[in-house]
Amino acid sequence: MSKDLLLEIGCEEIPARFVDEAVSQLGEKLAEWLKENRISYGGYRTFATPRRLAVRISDVNERQEDKHEEVKGPAERIARQADGTWSKAAQGFARKQGISADQLVIKEVKGENYVFASIHHEGNHTRELLVNGIPSILDHLHFPKTMRWNSRVRFIRPVRWLMCLLGDEVIPFSWAGLTAGNQSEGHRFLGSSISISEAKEYEQILLEQYVLVEADQRKNRILSQLRQLEEKHGWVIPVDEGLLNEVIHLVEYPTALYGRFEEEFLRLPREVLVVTMREHQRYFPVEDRNGQLLPYFVTVRNGDDRYIENVTKGNEKVLRARLADARFFFEEDLKVPLEEAVKKLDQIVYQDELGSLGERVGRIQQLALGLAESIRLPVSEQALLKRAAQICKFDVATQMVGEFPELEGVMGQTYALHAGEEKEVAQAVYEHYLPRYAGDALPTLRIAGLLSLADKMDVIVSSFGIGIQPTGSQDPYGLRRKAAGIVQILLEEDYYPLSLIRLWQNALDRLEETGLLKVSRSDVEKELHDFFALRLRTVLQEEEIRYDIIDAVLKADLSYPVQIVEKAKVLMEQTGRESFKQEVEGFTRAANLAAKAEGDQFDPSLFQEKAERILARSLQEAAKQYERARQQKDAEAMYRALAAMAPEIHQFFDQVMVMVEEEGVRNNRLALLRKITQCTSQFADFGRIVFA
Amino acid sequence: MNMQTMIKKLQDYWAKQGCILCQPYDTEKGAGTLNPMTFLRALGPEPWKAAYVEPSRRPADGRYGENPNRLYQHHQFQVILKPAPDNIQEIYLKSLEALEINPVEHDIRFVEDNWENPTFGAAGLGWEVWLDGMEVTQFTYFQQVGSLDVDPVSVELTYGLERLASYIQEKENVFDLEWVDGVKYGDIFSQPEYEHSKYTFEVSDKNWLFRQFDDFEREAMRALDEQLVFPAYDYALKCSHVFNLLEARGAISVTERTGYIGRVRNLARKIAKAFIEGRERLGYPLLKQKGGEARV
Repeated sequence: MSKDLLLEIGCEEIPARFVDEAVSQLGEKLAEWLKENRISYGGYRTFATPRRLAVRISDVNERQEDKHEEVKGPAERIARQADGTWSKAAQGFARKQGISADQLVIKEVKGENYVFASIHHEGNHTRELLVNGIPSILDHLHFPKTMRWNSRVRFIRPVRWLMCLLGDEVIPFSWAGLTAGNQSEGHRFLGSSISISEAKEYEQILLEQYVLVEADQRKNRILSQLRQLEEKHGWVIPVDEGLLNEVIHLVEYPTALYGRFEEEFLRLPREVLVVTMREHQRYFPVEDRNGQLLPYFVTVRNGDDRYIENVTKGNEKVLRARLADARFFFEEDLKVPLEEAVKKLDQIVYQDELGSLGERVGRIQQLALGLAESIRLPVSEQALLKRAAQICKFDVATQMVGEFPELEGVMGQTYALHAGEEKEVAQAVYEHYLPRYAGDALPTLRIAGLLSLADKMDVIVSSFGIGIQPTGSQDPYGLRRKAAGIVQILLEEDYYPLSLIRLWQNALDRLEETGLLKVSRSDVEKELHDFFALRLRTVLQEEEIRYDIIDAVLKADLSYPVQIVEKAKVLMEQTGRESFKQEVEGFTRAANLAAKAEGDQFDPSLFQEKAERILARSLQEAAKQYERARQQKDAEAMYRALAAMAPEIHQFFDQVMVMVEEEGVRNNRLALLRKITQCTSQFADFGRIVFA
Repeated sequence: MNMQTMIKKLQDYWAKQGCILCQPYDTEKGAGTLNPMTFLRALGPEPWKAAYVEPSRRPADGRYGENPNRLYQHHQFQVILKPAPDNIQEIYLKSLEALEINPVEHDIRFVEDNWENPTFGAAGLGWEVWLDGMEVTQFTYFQQVGSLDVDPVSVELTYGLERLASYIQEKENVFDLEWVDGVKYGDIFSQPEYEHSKYTFEVSDKNWLFRQFDDFEREAMRALDEQLVFPAYDYALKCSHVFNLLEARGAISVTERTGYIGRVRNLARKIAKAFIEGRERLGYPLLKQKGGEARV
């Protein structure tokens, strides 16, 4: 017989950002536990609101499946005494397995007879297993942040009730100082406590208590209400997915409503209005059909439409006060000369061990100008870059950004234009934050791209320089995202000539000069190398490059990301060619022996065999062709240059004995191989390529 | 409802919940949490329930009495319950009803907000309570106080009285709030707001303040050496206020800032530890009282 299992954890309001992850974990762990405990079930569904995480598993068997096992014991020659009776060893084994010795059986395994205990485990009642099982499942849920509230367990927020039913029967497990029953809670204000008599009735009973337990139901209700408002008023309400997902988890019974604000506030920059509404109040801004903001907002309350006029009035008042504040900041900021704001950066801590924001701007500026030289930026653009770098963080010192940190850059651009800065300079102040996340736009202006590289690299290198690095899921300064941004920019044609390694070396130079480097430089260099190799790996994976080829190219020089991608693609093409394997074998054989070399200088006068001389000539030619191809950024020609050596390498190994007695000759040959390997390993570590 | 009535209703309500009604503490502080009735009493195993109005000073927020929402000094109604009752959310919501705010007629939400005061090594998890979109209360389960983990966990409720009053009285400007009938908030507080702002931003003597900081810190340590926790704590509060004044004056440089914060945090940690030790020496008297739960 099977029944539905329903588990509900009743909580104080769970932060919206944790809800989805929490409930899917609960579902997975419970289902996994059933499987491990040999309890069959159909499928499962999760339900979640701010106040509850719930799972219902269908067709859960009321009994655990029986289990039969045969345990191997000692060999028969040890298990039986001369008189045929069981030895002490056999009796001990039987006792340990919980059976009597006369239940032991003999079976042959690979020509030898052994004693076996044949044990039958009868399945327990699911109900009894659950009573002990669920608490340990709940103990093992993981959350990014947990708390204590005078219970012995930690959870996202205090747990206030537990409900658990198998069919119509309560599973009375105890956890967090509570015992599960069949009681649940309705909506905080519109519902009441209610008993659930049957797992199947869960959604329906809670709906009657003004709780939509399915997130999708709440989502659809909100979306259809937004659509109704759009139709009724001729509005467009753009739906920000992130905001929608948050709002869904702030309410149990959503009802959308709209309010208005004074038209004069529309004179504020659009982003200020949007951030105030969206980030601070969780409102949806309203637009006309041309995308212009209208003096309205839409919010979603947790309840029905009774007394909704109070809610409208209250929210309008709050927004009015916030917008008045924003306008105050805007007007005050415009009164402060830009240079004064720049000076204030000296008084703002960037990071305790890394000094002020002003100092950081100095480092960014030096780095950016260095990059400009590397790509031979025209003098006119250099001047713009210099100015943009000087003022790139000034808006951090403004009241508006102090209040709305998410407007960093946006306000910079707005205020810079007001202050009469060049259009490109203002735009670069905004764009140098790009890309902020995977898939975000890249800087369109070249000066913004350079500034972005300098800014991001300074953050990464200075953090590494004081020993702060991302670990596991912890990356509080978003360093991975910033590194991915650097790689993305370097993959753009404008920035091809820039070397990733030189970029971090230059950033390290700045740190060292200012005495901010707190750990050993060579350690940081190695860590940066590994850190960026991981970002490049992601890029290569997205290009669907084989893992062994990724390994091979990442072992070579990391300076030029675009070259790494191209090399990887070239190698992917080569894998289809028959002679590729031979070429790689040649390079690898050379590399293996080269490891034994003491130096890389060979002396042609010491060559004794023709094949040696031929190979040396071939190497000379290959190196020349390789360098030419490298300068033309032609990865395929680079590979071809190396591949041209392959026949001579094989011929060399066929005809020349490397490890000869005579030391001078031996070392000369090893040095030649070392030189060859130096040449091939510029392209990739070929030894990592795998052949089936 | 005027502000005086609001305060009386909240006091009545929380008195009925068993809270001791304390008075504002007579040393300057930036938040009601720093009143020793909360900060120190949240430490150790003894039960505690208290409620009080706390005038809190945030020198950097001073706006010469010209900004409708920002004040050098605002008023918090502070409740501390230790241990946190299981039904504390319901108890809190009932307190809004005491202010004639019926939850059914409004939209009340608990929106994630984790409160922190790094200077005093205090941190907790909880929410801002939103009333029709306005934050009216900070609701926090303490996890750490004075850099020490707390057990049992206290719950702290901080009502922003001006916010709540501006909602109840439907006023846009804090200075238009009615304190009692016929007397406006501005009548009482405009002048101090202006003068404190002027003093903070233009007049204060930073050299004198720096000396004060050092002196208060030294005196706090001296008191601690004699196991005098409460006097030591008063001087730690003084340090914190002087630091806030210096910061608002722009007198503390980037490199010094961390150092000053660290010095206050260090004091707070030592005081917290000494308080717990002192209570232990006294045999945790409040554990023996009626209703006191032994949790040691």
